[in-house]
Amino acid sequence: MVESNNKLQTLQPKAKVEQLNFYYGSTHVLKDVNMVVAKNVVTALIGPSGCGKTTLLRCFNRLHDLYPGNRYEGSILLDSAPTNILSRKVDPIELRMRIGMVFQRPNPFPKSIYENVAYGLRVRGISKQSIIDERVEQALQDAALWDEVKDRLKDMAFNLSGGQQQRLCIARALATNPELILFDEPTSALDPNATSSIEQLIGQLKQQVTILIVTHSMQQAARISDYTAFMYLGELVEFGATQSVFSSPKQERTADYVFGHIG
Amino acid sequence: MSGENLQELRANISWRKLLDAIFAIIGLLTILVAIITLLALIIRLAVDGTPRLSWQFFTSFPGRDPEEAGILSAWVGTSLVMLVTLVAAVPLGVASGIYLEEYAPKNWLSALIEVNVTNLAGVPSIIYGLLALGLFAEQLKLGESILTAGLTLALLVLPVVIVTTRESLRAIPNSIREAAYALGTTKWQMIWDHTLPYSMSGILTGVIIALARAIGETAPLITIGALTFIAFLPEPPIKSQFPFISFEWLQAPFTVMPIQMFNWVSRPEPEFQFNAAAAGVILIVMTLVMNGIAIYLRYRFRRGIKW
Repeated sequence: MVESNNKLQTLQPKAKVEQLNFYYGSTHVLKDVNMVVAKNVVTALIGPSGCGKTTLLRCFNRLHDLYPGNRYEGSILLDSAPTNILSRKVDPIELRMRIGMVFQRPNPFPKSIYENVAYGLRVRGISKQSIIDERVEQALQDAALWDEVKDRLKDMAFNLSGGQQQRLCIARALATNPELILFDEPTSALDPNATSSIEQLIGQLKQQVTILIVTHSMQQAARISDYTAFMYLGELVEFGATQSVFSSPKQERTADYVFGHIG
Repeated sequence: MSGENLQELRANISWRKLLDAIFAIIGLLTILVAIITLLALIIRLAVDGTPRLSWQFFTSFPGRDPEEAGILSAWVGTSLVMLVTLVAAVPLGVASGIYLEEYAPKNWLSALIEVNVTNLAGVPSIIYGLLALGLFAEQLKLGESILTAGLTLALLVLPVVIVTTRESLRAIPNSIREAAYALGTTKWQMIWDHTLPYSMSGILTGVIIALARAIGETAPLITIGALTFIAFLPEPPIKSQFPFISFEWLQAPFTVMPIQMFNWVSRPEPEFQFNAAAAGVILIVMTLVMNGIAIYLRYRFRRGIKW
């Protein structure tokens, strides 16, 4: 079903999804999903709403474990010495410390800008002020927010604009040097200017971290991603280099979606 | 639209507007009746009571002479009983609220517990008095003491603390919890660093409202055997000799403000009525101060938090 892309095989995989099935109660939400998330590139998940793209994303840090009635089958293998993310034996806390996440709506903590970024470090028990200062500054710089907030780190995060709050959330995820960052429609609550600054940021970040992004906008996927997976009704319909998925889709349903006949 | 239809339309509008105005007037009258009654009572109390307020009133024990009688044992008793109530009800109530809201699985059992906790808030206070008489005073042999009284009132206000804790936790959007979990926190880290501090304003408000209710309770304390006349103070909690702290006061007999008031009101001499009014004024001021603190704390902790 999924045509392997030649270049994709030459890239180092960060995570491999194999025969993933996900159930919510008796609803079969994800059906036999197979895909590869390559290292240091941006992989986008697109599809109409309800297709399961966010559900798939939230499997990567086992966020579904927080709610009852969920069941995973199959595997997501992280790294070459594989950890099966979905295995009961793997502690979701360990995964969440290795894999960062940025949510649909900016959700900073009602604390200062500084404390928001420092929190991930404090969870790890890092308490040395100089280390925290340094990592907070680095993360804010990587999130292209440092220049705007360096003089008011003690201000409440809620005083920032929506776009700044979302970049703060990115900085919060970056501060602990994650291997993979999951973005769940990070710009859907933002205005066009804020959206474009986040998109630029994602383009820069892939140098240092692998990115998996769910997006509601095909244009966004086309602009920022290297690989695109198109999902429809819980199935992964097509997966390949973004360019080829958008210009010459191999599946009829993909073509219908990217050319605007459905969704 | 023809002229006749338009006339009909306007008549209909003015009729509906009239109904609207009538309801507004009825509503206003009802609320005025309530407020005026309450104000009249408070003003009457203040007029009767304030002349009696003096330093001597706070530092004297009750006695046979209304001019020399005071509320020393009553306000000390009330303060100590409230202290026990606070120490017992807050940890128990907040911990139960956290468990029920954040940890307990959402099934029929937790639903049953929730319904029961809510209903407990409506049980008449004298029932708690009977329970406490049997349990604390008799079974646990705590006697007719400050400890028994504090624990009784703690039981009485526990449902209020539990319910407000749960409601404050529930008001925090789930996105905040997910943000914390996504950074790899355990449940307890998430609660201690986030949901608990962010709900602090609500919890504190609930605690103070609960104490304001407890401070005026009379029936359960009479049931467990509070004295109506007492002319000595419990042992002080701090002593000059080692080990400097003493818990003997917990076993002391006691009276509280509303019981002292009740005692004076039932005296035949009219002079005692003024003492009762003065004690009433102080009780109202205590309650108002507590509510004021609650409002301030709510404002203080809510600063910078919006959702």
